Amino acid sequence: MNVVLLLAKRELATYLNTWWGWVITTVILLLDGIFFNVFGLTEKATYSAEVLEQFFFWTSGLIIIAGLLLTMRLIAEERQTGTLVLLESAPISEAQIVVGKFLGAWGFLLMLLACTIYMPLFIMVNGKIAVSQLAVGYLGVALAGAASVAVGTFASAIARNQLLSIVLSALMMLFLVISWFLARLTDGGISDFLAYIAVWDRHFQPFMRGRLNTENLVYFGSVVFAFLMLATRTLQARRWK
Amino acid sequence: MIEVQNLSRYYGEHRAVDDVSFTIDSNSIVGFLGLNGAGKTTTLKVIAGLLPPSAGTVTIDGVDMASAPESFRKRIGFLPESPPLYTEMTVREFLVYVGQLRGMSKSDLATRLPDVMKRCQLAGREDWVIDTLSHGYRKRVGIAQAIIHKPRLVILDEPISGLDPVQIVEMRKVIRGLASESTVLVSSHILSEIGATCDRVLVLQKGKLRFIGTEADLTERRHGAIRMGLTVRGTEDAVRAVLTAQNATVRSLTIAEGVVEAEVDLPTDSREAMVAALVGAGLGVRRVEDALDELEETFMDLTRGGDADGGAS
Repeated sequence: MNVVLLLAKRELATYLNTWWGWVITTVILLLDGIFFNVFGLTEKATYSAEVLEQFFFWTSGLIIIAGLLLTMRLIAEERQTGTLVLLESAPISEAQIVVGKFLGAWGFLLMLLACTIYMPLFIMVNGKIAVSQLAVGYLGVALAGAASVAVGTFASAIARNQLLSIVLSALMMLFLVISWFLARLTDGGISDFLAYIAVWDRHFQPFMRGRLNTENLVYFGSVVFAFLMLATRTLQARRWK
Repeated sequence: MIEVQNLSRYYGEHRAVDDVSFTIDSNSIVGFLGLNGAGKTTTLKVIAGLLPPSAGTVTIDGVDMASAPESFRKRIGFLPESPPLYTEMTVREFLVYVGQLRGMSKSDLATRLPDVMKRCQLAGREDWVIDTLSHGYRKRVGIAQAIIHKPRLVILDEPISGLDPVQIVEMRKVIRGLASESTVLVSSHILSEIGATCDRVLVLQKGKLRFIGTEADLTERRHGAIRMGLTVRGTEDAVRAVLTAQNATVRSLTIAEGVVEAEVDLPTDSREAMVAALVGAGLGVRRVEDALDELEETFMDLTRGGDADGGAS
């Protein structure tokens, strides 16, 4: 078996076989259901498309948080328990380790995301939504989750323990989320840059409205690639330190 | 054959491993000996490819660590002092996973697994969750993961630490059994363990290799001297006179309140004659400490940087 898939499968099995994955799944699905019920299914008359938008709004936020929580253990835990040596002494590269772990965590996150499908189906029963909005919206949430998992993987590679890992990843993700606001406080090239990297405001919102464009796909691909590369370089640097 | 040439490793300004060179023949068991902090674990990690050397080379059957790192790592099996285990897995699941990580196919593993279980005395524990195993069995699973891919060199860092006497005896058998298919490098700070298990001994002191040879070579370095400690009531002159008459070499001698404390080397085992001579001279013999084991004493000299010749032979 390809070693990347082997590592991914092992990570996925770890989430499925330990309480951590199930606790996160339960809490996220519970909160998502509550938010959908409270903010999506309101008394006032709303278009189904707007209800679906509301659903993607809350789901994307919760999926980003779930991604950070799932990845805090990815590498930091292996370092804490001393099992990282198994990977370091195996004839595999740091990039394979990072990509394998990323895919395992993202795979679990996608399974979690798939469990939310009953809510859009509920809207479909009572209203009318475009399948394209549904598909593009889910693609956006999946990509936002991938970005979150990549950020978390990097944080887990640099942190000594899981607590530090979640703190670092939360700070990095928070920066990417609120950079649209920081862009308003600055001007010139910095403002443009901050506005561009705003993960949610600039790049996610079009997805939840069913609008798919290349720029946003490239953005999420770049974020994932950049953070996975940083995680790889971190592992290489630690080996050669 | 494993060749280590001019290996050095720095941590900042601190030289943890200092210009170490040695070769190890195939299918032998070599003990890596040194006090805590001597640089054993660092040296082993460098040889295992987990740490880069600051200088020097390591090759296994001609495969160089620096130029072919992945091929080199395929030839190594490493067990750190604390076994790296995924404790939620069963023994079988864990070994299959580690084997696949090291490039083994499922069919290779199906053939190899029973042999590894037998070698590591794990038969019957295949489907046990690792978390439920005792410390001794966990060490064995640690060894099993190190040998699952049939490496040319197996490196075991302090494999007996934390084991009870029964487990130590069993572990010795396991380690001796590994030599039929691999070269084994075992580290310990306990000389008796190395003596009981290994064909050759490497002694490390402050990052430098002080000795390479067999246990017999190590004993020879003592030149047959027997050391003993004495506490005798009497004058220094009287004690020295007896020691001189017995051809003893005085290593240390102190006197306080009419009591002499001495440590002496005897050219032959004349300890009983020495005691008789002291008593015969009217001196009050209060303590006679038996000679330390020669091997242990030589080891202490080497690791403390004492009177051994120094330099690896």
